[in-house]
Amino acid sequence: MEDRRQGVIGWLLLLPAAVLLAAFTHYPAVATLWHSLFTTGRPNRPARFIGLDNYRALADDPVFWKALVNNGWYALGTILPSIALAIGMALWVDRKLAGRGWLRLAYFTPTVLPMIAVANIWLFFYTPDYGLLDQLRGLFGGAAHNWLGSPGTVLGAVMAVAIWKEAGFFMIFYLAALQQQSPELREAAALEGCGRWQFFRRVTFPLLMPTTLFVLVNAVINAFRLVDHIVVMTRGGPDNASSLLLFYIYETGFRYWDAAYAATLTAVLLALLAVLAVLQFGLLERRTHYQ
Amino acid sequence: MKPWTLTLAGVAVGAALALPAHAQELSFYYPVAVGGPVTKVIDGLAADFEKENPGIKINPVYAGSYQDTITKALTAAKGGDAPHMAVILSTDMYTLIDEGLVVPYDDLVKTPPEKAWMGSFFPGFMKNSQTGGKTWGIPFQRSTVVMYWNKDLFKSAGLDPNHPPEDWKELVEMGQKLTQKDAAGNVTTWGIQVPSSGFPYWLFQGFTTQNGAVLMNDEGTQTDFDKPEVVQALQFWVDLSRKYKIHPPGVVEWGTTPKDFFERKAAIIWTTTGNLTNIRKNAPFDFGVAMLPAGKQRGTPTGGGNFYIFKKSTPAERAASLKFIQWMTSPQRAAQWAIATGYIAVSPAAWETAEMKKYLADFPAPTVARDQLQFAVAELSTHENQRVTKALNDGLQAALTGAKPPEEAMKDAQREADRILRPYR
Repeated sequence: MEDRRQGVIGWLLLLPAAVLLAAFTHYPAVATLWHSLFTTGRPNRPARFIGLDNYRALADDPVFWKALVNNGWYALGTILPSIALAIGMALWVDRKLAGRGWLRLAYFTPTVLPMIAVANIWLFFYTPDYGLLDQLRGLFGGAAHNWLGSPGTVLGAVMAVAIWKEAGFFMIFYLAALQQQSPELREAAALEGCGRWQFFRRVTFPLLMPTTLFVLVNAVINAFRLVDHIVVMTRGGPDNASSLLLFYIYETGFRYWDAAYAATLTAVLLALLAVLAVLQFGLLERRTHYQ
Repeated sequence: MKPWTLTLAGVAVGAALALPAHAQELSFYYPVAVGGPVTKVIDGLAADFEKENPGIKINPVYAGSYQDTITKALTAAKGGDAPHMAVILSTDMYTLIDEGLVVPYDDLVKTPPEKAWMGSFFPGFMKNSQTGGKTWGIPFQRSTVVMYWNKDLFKSAGLDPNHPPEDWKELVEMGQKLTQKDAAGNVTTWGIQVPSSGFPYWLFQGFTTQNGAVLMNDEGTQTDFDKPEVVQALQFWVDLSRKYKIHPPGVVEWGTTPKDFFERKAAIIWTTTGNLTNIRKNAPFDFGVAMLPAGKQRGTPTGGGNFYIFKKSTPAERAASLKFIQWMTSPQRAAQWAIATGYIAVSPAAWETAEMKKYLADFPAPTVARDQLQFAVAELSTHENQRVTKALNDGLQAALTGAKPPEEAMKDAQREADRILRPYR
């Protein structure tokens, strides 16, 4: 009797979270998969079942492939630099410095700003001829360059914004982790005659692994999730050179109102993220040392 | 009574007084971001209308860019909360019809004066407002592409400051004289600048029309992006920078083009008539406004927004909306609106009003756009308009940045457009 009561209470406690998860995460995910098997309904042409045709169209869609490849480069180009930068900044502000609080605040500021505001600031930096970047280049005799209007530089330009925005956020996690580390380790290492680089490589960095795993998972998700600045800065142009998967989904869904194709794209993105998550946890979990 | 109950009673009485019996509230989506002078003009017009028509209340909703406005209108309509009317791009007509959201004006106008009103606009503006024998949009803020030139720079290049290029050949010749370089070989002034960010297809339609090409059919189901005339037109645009070196390379920003003109970084620019007031206020030199130069012929697309009436409203609300739209596009108001903004007054009668004549007496430039209307074609508009337009934009930007040769770029754009439009044929 007591056991059953315990069971009921357990289920009741789980219920609110379970309902929310089912209603807002699991049902939409399943519905997305289901919708991706139909055409998009219009008032004069109702949706009909077409099986995997949307997926076949996807395989033939050059914009999708372009967005996928772009997203790959975008992920590679933002994740590692922002993590490296975050560790560097955390090590820097972890020391005893005058004005350390201000420095930490300064590094963290980009994270606090909304992405739309950030994008507008950077839009000003990148404006050809009149923007900050071209004004600076002008001092050294450089010619004007349309950073966001050239296929060669646009992806790099939006990646710089993402790194600038994310590094400060990740720094906070590394800073917290660094402050957990016992100073005895450093003293012990110093007694053994261990250099600073060796100490970082052999002691600090391995101890930061749980943080790195957490940050990495977040960074990967963000690389596929943060597209606000694309909307403001480039709208995916020129010629899809800065189109990312989620932005393409947004355009398909809310500019072209092709809900079925947007669902197909979403299904692919979901699958991609799931695979990445499994890889990350599977591979890195084993190399991570939890205290 | 306690003070707070008194206040409450006062509020209740005030609210009752503020609402006349049978007040009709009409929501009206208008494409402008928050604030700015244009919202004041619209608010003022709405207030004037309410004064003359007690019982109708207009609620303007400022919905952001054209793009944002249609997105918001579609989203609201899908949620069952469509506006009563909206100003949306004339080219979004097919999208609105396909989504089943708008009513044709033919179903609403009944009396002879109302029918006469429908026929009172410049025919050039009706091309993007009618399909299948019905009228779906009423022209409100419409524009064309025009050419602005800097008379000072013409003078210093040894050209006649009152003679803008008349055709493509003159454009190239004059452009070569106007292009200036500094000692290091960097260009300080470009001869000609045609923006290509955001919506290059619109300016491109100037080139194609001048070269005698039509981009789409009247049903909005077929495009002709890969026709030789279209490829030639694109080749000419690309050549302006690659071959003649009188046009900035790559994609040129739409937003900073007027500023480049003010700063003498471009001697001739193509942009909308809607920039007229801006350029008049900010250009620190004498400038001219001209029709676009002719290729085989003159040509420009029209552009801008139309009034649409949404389906999800009662007959009485539709009648009230019609009344408001008629009022807003009456000659008097159309003239007022054109003077305040720089858009082209939409009916010939508006140009005959005393107000307009007085304005033109010391600033005749707006007539250029009006006179160019006889050469104007419908702006590119098809079913799935956003998507088809994007296919063309992508191709244009690929060619302008040198990623693809013009012919290949246009073939790819046409293939994509065919794929999108196939279900509508």
